[in-house]
Amino acid sequence: MSTPHEGRDEHADPHLQHHFGSMAQQYDSGKFGMWLFLVTEVLLFGGLFCAYAVYRANHPEIFAYAHQFLDKTLGGLNTLVLIVSSLTMAMAVRCAQLGQQRRLKQMLAATLLCACVFLGVKGVEYEHKWKHGLLWGTRYVPQGETAAPAAAETTVETTVAAAVPADGGTTLPHAATGPEGLADRQQADHDGATHGGHGPMGPAPRNVHLFFGIYFVMTGLHGIHVLAGMVAIVWLLRRSAAGEFGPEYFAPVDFVGLYWHLVDLIWIFLFPLLYLIH
Amino acid sequence: MILSGLLNTLSVRGAGVPFLATGDGTFWLPVRATEAAGTVDNLFYFIFWISLFFFTLLMALLAIFAVRYRRRREGEEPEPSPSHNLAVEVVWTAIPVLLVAAIFWFGFQAYVDMSTPPLDSYQIQVTGQKWKWTFTYPNGYVDELLHVPADRPVQLVMTSQDVIHSLSIPAFRIKRDLVPGRYSKAWFTAVRPGDYDIYCAEYCGTQHSSMLSTVKVLPPEEFDAWLLAHSDILSGLTPVEGGERVYNVLGCKQCHSLDGAAGVGPTFRDLFGSERPLKGGGRVLVDENYVSSSVLDPQSQIVQGFEPVMPTFKGRIKDQEITALIAFLKSLSGHAPRDEAPAAAGAGTP
Amino acid sequence: MSTQDATAAPPAAGSENYLNCSHGFRSWFFTLDHKRIGVMYLASILSFFLLGGILALLIRTELLTPTRTLMSADDYNKVFTLHGAIMIFLFIIPGIPAALGNFVLPLMLGAKDVALPRLNLASYHLYLVGALIAVLSIVQGGVDAGWTFYAPYSTTTNTAVVTLTFGVFVLGFSSVFTGLNFIVTMHKMRPAGMGWFDMPLMLWALYATSIIQVLATPILGITMVLLIVERVMGIGIFDPALGGDPVLYQHFFWFYSHPAVYIMILPAMGIISEVVSVFSRKHIFGYRAIAYSSIAIAAFSFLVWGHHMFTSGQSELMNMIFSALTFSVSIPSAVKMFNWLSTMYKGSIRFDTPMIYALSFMFLFGIGGLTGLFLGSLATDVHLHDTYFVVAHFHYVMFGGTVIAFLAGLHYWWPKMFGRMYDEKWGRISAIVISVGFNITFFTQFVMGSQGMPRRYYAYVDKFEPYHVISSFGSYLMAAGFFMTAWYLVKSLYRGRPAPVNPWGGGSMEWQAASPPVVHNFTDEPVGGDPYDYANQAYDPALGGYVLRKTEVSDR
Repeated sequence: MSTPHEGRDEHADPHLQHHFGSMAQQYDSGKFGMWLFLVTEVLLFGGLFCAYAVYRANHPEIFAYAHQFLDKTLGGLNTLVLIVSSLTMAMAVRCAQLGQQRRLKQMLAATLLCACVFLGVKGVEYEHKWKHGLLWGTRYVPQGETAAPAAAETTVETTVAAAVPADGGTTLPHAATGPEGLADRQQADHDGATHGGHGPMGPAPRNVHLFFGIYFVMTGLHGIHVLAGMVAIVWLLRRSAAGEFGPEYFAPVDFVGLYWHLVDLIWIFLFPLLYLIH
Repeated sequence: MILSGLLNTLSVRGAGVPFLATGDGTFWLPVRATEAAGTVDNLFYFIFWISLFFFTLLMALLAIFAVRYRRRREGEEPEPSPSHNLAVEVVWTAIPVLLVAAIFWFGFQAYVDMSTPPLDSYQIQVTGQKWKWTFTYPNGYVDELLHVPADRPVQLVMTSQDVIHSLSIPAFRIKRDLVPGRYSKAWFTAVRPGDYDIYCAEYCGTQHSSMLSTVKVLPPEEFDAWLLAHSDILSGLTPVEGGERVYNVLGCKQCHSLDGAAGVGPTFRDLFGSERPLKGGGRVLVDENYVSSSVLDPQSQIVQGFEPVMPTFKGRIKDQEITALIAFLKSLSGHAPRDEAPAAAGAGTP
Repeated sequence: MSTQDATAAPPAAGSENYLNCSHGFRSWFFTLDHKRIGVMYLASILSFFLLGGILALLIRTELLTPTRTLMSADDYNKVFTLHGAIMIFLFIIPGIPAALGNFVLPLMLGAKDVALPRLNLASYHLYLVGALIAVLSIVQGGVDAGWTFYAPYSTTTNTAVVTLTFGVFVLGFSSVFTGLNFIVTMHKMRPAGMGWFDMPLMLWALYATSIIQVLATPILGITMVLLIVERVMGIGIFDPALGGDPVLYQHFFWFYSHPAVYIMILPAMGIISEVVSVFSRKHIFGYRAIAYSSIAIAAFSFLVWGHHMFTSGQSELMNMIFSALTFSVSIPSAVKMFNWLSTMYKGSIRFDTPMIYALSFMFLFGIGGLTGLFLGSLATDVHLHDTYFVVAHFHYVMFGGTVIAFLAGLHYWWPKMFGRMYDEKWGRISAIVISVGFNITFFTQFVMGSQGMPRRYYAYVDKFEPYHVISSFGSYLMAAGFFMTAWYLVKSLYRGRPAPVNPWGGGSMEWQAASPPVVHNFTDEPVGGDPYDYANQAYDPALGGYVLRKTEVSDR
C-alpha cells in the first residue's frame, strides 16, 4: 500500500492527513463535523426535553410537588462547578493555541477536577434519593426524614399500587369501565390523597414517580456525557504531556472543548427545569 | 371550542352525496353496511380514477419514449433538445398541487363527519384485552359479539385492559385504536342488517389474528327484543347462582376475593353478618342495608383499612340483582343464618 | 495527451488498484479507504438482505394457508418482526448511502476520500456491532414486538426486546456518523471549480439524505433509550398503569421513522437521476427542480410523522394538519418523476440492466406514490390503516423504489467497483423477473388490504386465501430473480470481461477514475464540468466504452 504522504510537500505538518490539501481544510472539516455532532447531541436531549414538556404540561402538579425533594444548594453548587469547568476548558484551548504547554496541562487537569466534583455531588444527591425511596416508577416508595411529611401518603401509594397489578392491566371492573367509572376512581384517589396528609410539602398528587423517572433519565444521560467528556480530557492530557499540541495543531483540544461546553450548557437548562420550578 | 366551531364551519354535511349507496362489495372494496361507507368509497374511487389516469398517462409516455427514442446503433447521438423549462416545471407542479388539495379536502370533510357522532347515539362500551372483545350495553349486559340496531347512530366508547388494540370493521369503514388508560370513540349508523367481521388491527401479541368478533346488525325492533331477552342475567338461576353471576359479570371479583384474601376491597368470605370498624370511627353491621348502600353509594361508609375507590353501580344494577348478590354473600359467610333468606331473594326467577 | 490515454485505457492485468494493493483481513477491516469501507458495507448489507429475504419467504409460505402451515403464531410474530427490523435497520437505511454512497461520493467529487475517514471506519464498525447485537436477539429467542416496538406491548412482552432495540440504538450512531461525514465532505471537499449546482444529482440526494440522518436519528436514539429504560427499570413513561402515555412513544418513534423512509428513498431517486440521464444520453431535464425537490422532501419529511397515527386518537385538528402536510410531500416526488420522463424525451435510450431497473423503478414507484394518496386522505386512511394496503404501499415504495434503484445503482457502478462487466443478458432477464415477481406479490396485497385484511395476521379469514396464494407465488418468482442476480454478479468477479473506464458514457467524475480505481482514486486531476454534458465523449467500439473526445483533450 502506498504511504499516505506520497507526493506531498515534505515540510507538511505530520498531522495533515493524506486526503486534505491543507491544515486549514482539515481543521475546518473537523470543526464542521464537530458542530454537526453537537447538533445530534442537542436533538438527543431534545427528545427528553420534549418528554419533559409533555408531562409537565399534562401534570403540572407532579412537578410542582416533586421538585421540592431536590436539593437546590447542591444543584446550584454543581451549576457553579460546571461553569468554572467551562472557563478552564476555554482557557485550555487558548493555551493550546498559544503553545503554553504547562498551563495547558494545568487547565485540562482543573477541568477534570471540576468534572469529578460534579459527579461526586451528583452521587451524593443520588444516594440521598435512593435512601429515601424517591425513585422511578414502581420503585418510588417515599420514606425517611426528607419524605417524612409525605409519609402518610405511603399507604395511599401502596394501596393504589396494589390495585394496579404488575402485568400492567387494570383492576377496574369490566362493567365499571365507563368514563364515569374511571372518573370516580380518580376522584376517589385524589380525595384519598388529600385525606392522606398535608405536610409542609403539601398533598402528594398521583404519579409523583413520573417526575423522578424523568429526573433520573435526564441527569443520568447528562452524567454519562460528563463521563465521556472526562475520558476525552484524559486522552487530551496524555497527548499534551507528549507535547503534541501547539499553535499549528490544536484541533482535538478545540473539539473536546466544544463538546464540554455543550455538556455544560445542557446542565444549565436541566438545573432550572428540574430544581427551580414554581 | 374554537376547534369544534372550526370543524362545524368546515364540515358541510351532505355536500358529497354518495353515488354509491350501500350494497355489495366491489373488486376493491368490501360490502358497505353503513352510510359513511358510501362516502368513503366515493372518495376511494375518486382518488383511484385520478391515480389511474395519471399513471396510465405517464406509463404510456414512458413506453412511447422508450420505443421512439431507443438507441439504434452505438455511438448514435440524440438531437439537441432543451434541458430545462420553467413554464413546464410550474405547470406540472401546480396541477398536482390542485389535485391533492381537492383529495385532502374531500378526505378531511368525510373524516370530520365520521368522527362527529350525533348527540342521540346509542352508546355501547367496548373493552379490548388479549385476545378478546367485550361489549357492554347500557343496561349492563355483557356480550362477546357486538349487536347493534340498524338505522340508529351507535357510539362505541372503548378502552383497553392491557396493550393497544384497534377495533376494525371493514364493512363499516371504521377503525379506532383502544389505548389503555384512555377512552376512544367511534360511531356509525348501520343500514344493512347482517353479520360483519370485526378485526383487531393493532398488533397485540400471540393471538392477535384470533382477536376476532362479529357485529350483528339487527332491525331495530329485533334488536330491542334481543337485548330484553339477554339482559335478564338471573333468568333460570337460584338466588345464590344469580348472585354469583352478578359477582362475575359486574366485576365485583376484580377487587373482592372469595377466599379471604384482602384485595382492593374487603373479601366476601365471612363478610355478611360480621361487624366492621369504619374509617373515621364507628362500627357497622354488614347486613342487607349495608350491602345495598355499598353498591349504590360506595363512598358513604368505608371500612377501616380500605380506600374509597369503588365506583357506584347506581343505574347499572337492578334491585333484583342486589338481592341475588346478598343471597350469594350469605352463602359465603359463617355469620349469616342461611335458612333465613328474605322472601324478596326469591324474586330471582322471572 | 498521454495522461488522457492512461485514463482511457482499460486496466492492464495486474495493475495496482484499491482491491489488490494490499491483502489480509486487517488491510480491509481497519482500512480508511472509503472504497473498501463501501465494499465491506456492501457485503454486509447484502448478507442481511439475504437473511431478511429468507424471513420474508418464511412469512409468505406460512400465509399460503389460512391457518398453520409451518410455524406457530409466536414464531410467525417473531419472523415478521425480524424481517422488518433487519430489512429496515440493517439493509435499506445503510443500503444506498453507506454502501454505494460511500464508494461513489468522493469519486464524484474528484476527491481522494471522505473528509473524516476514521469516522467512516468507526461508522462501519458500529454498524457491525449494532448488527451483531440485533442478530443476537435471535439467539435469545427472537423478538415479537413488530419492528415499530409499540408500547406498551413492547414493554411487557417476554422476548428479547432490549437486545434488539439496543442494537438499533448502536446502528443509529453508525447512520449519524455516515450522514455527518457526507455533509462535511460535500461542504469542504468539493474541488475549486465545482459549485453546489455543478454537483451530480446523486450528491444532492445524498446531501438531503444526510441532513435527515443527522437531524432525525438522535430522536430514534433517545426513543430506544427510553424504551430500554422503561423495560429494565420500569420508569413508567410509556406505561399507562403508571400514569405514562403509550401514544407519546408513537410520536417519538415516527418522528424518526417517517423521515427515515426518506433516508431510504432519496438516495434511490439520486441513482435514478444519474441512470436515466446517462442511458438516455441526454442532459438531465430540470436539474434545479430535481435538486430543490430533494431538499424539499427532506424538509417536509419532518412535518408529517403524525399520519401514522390517524386512528390512534390524536385530535381532529392534528389529523387535519398532518394530512395536509402529507400531501405536500407528494409534490416534489411527482416533480422528479416528470423530469425523469422529460429527460428521456428525444434522448438516445439504451436498455442496459441499470436502465431496465430505472424504468421498473418509475413504474413501481409511480404505483407506490399514487397509493400514498389513499393513505394521506383521512377518510380513506381510516379504512386502510393497518391493512395489507399499507403493507403493499410501503413495499412498492421501499422495495419497488429503493431496492430496485439500489439494484440499478449496483449494476451501474459494478464495473467501477470491481473492474468487471457482468453478463448483460442475464442482468436484463433477472431485472424483468424481479419486477414481474414483485408486482404479483404486492399488487394482490393492495386488493386484499382494501378488502379489509389486517396486517401482522398469522391466521386469516378464508376469503383472503386466493390473494395470499398468488402473493406467495410471486414472492418465489422474485426470489428466483434474486438468486439469478447473485449468481451472475459473483460469476462476473471471476469470469467477467474487464471493464473499460467508462462503459456507459457517464459524465460525472467517477467515470474518469480507473476501473477499479487506484488507492487514492485518481492518477491525474479529474476534469470537472457539467456532469450531464455528454457532447465531449465518443464511443470506442474497441474498448466497449466511452472516451473523452480527442478535440476536447487537445483543447485543454
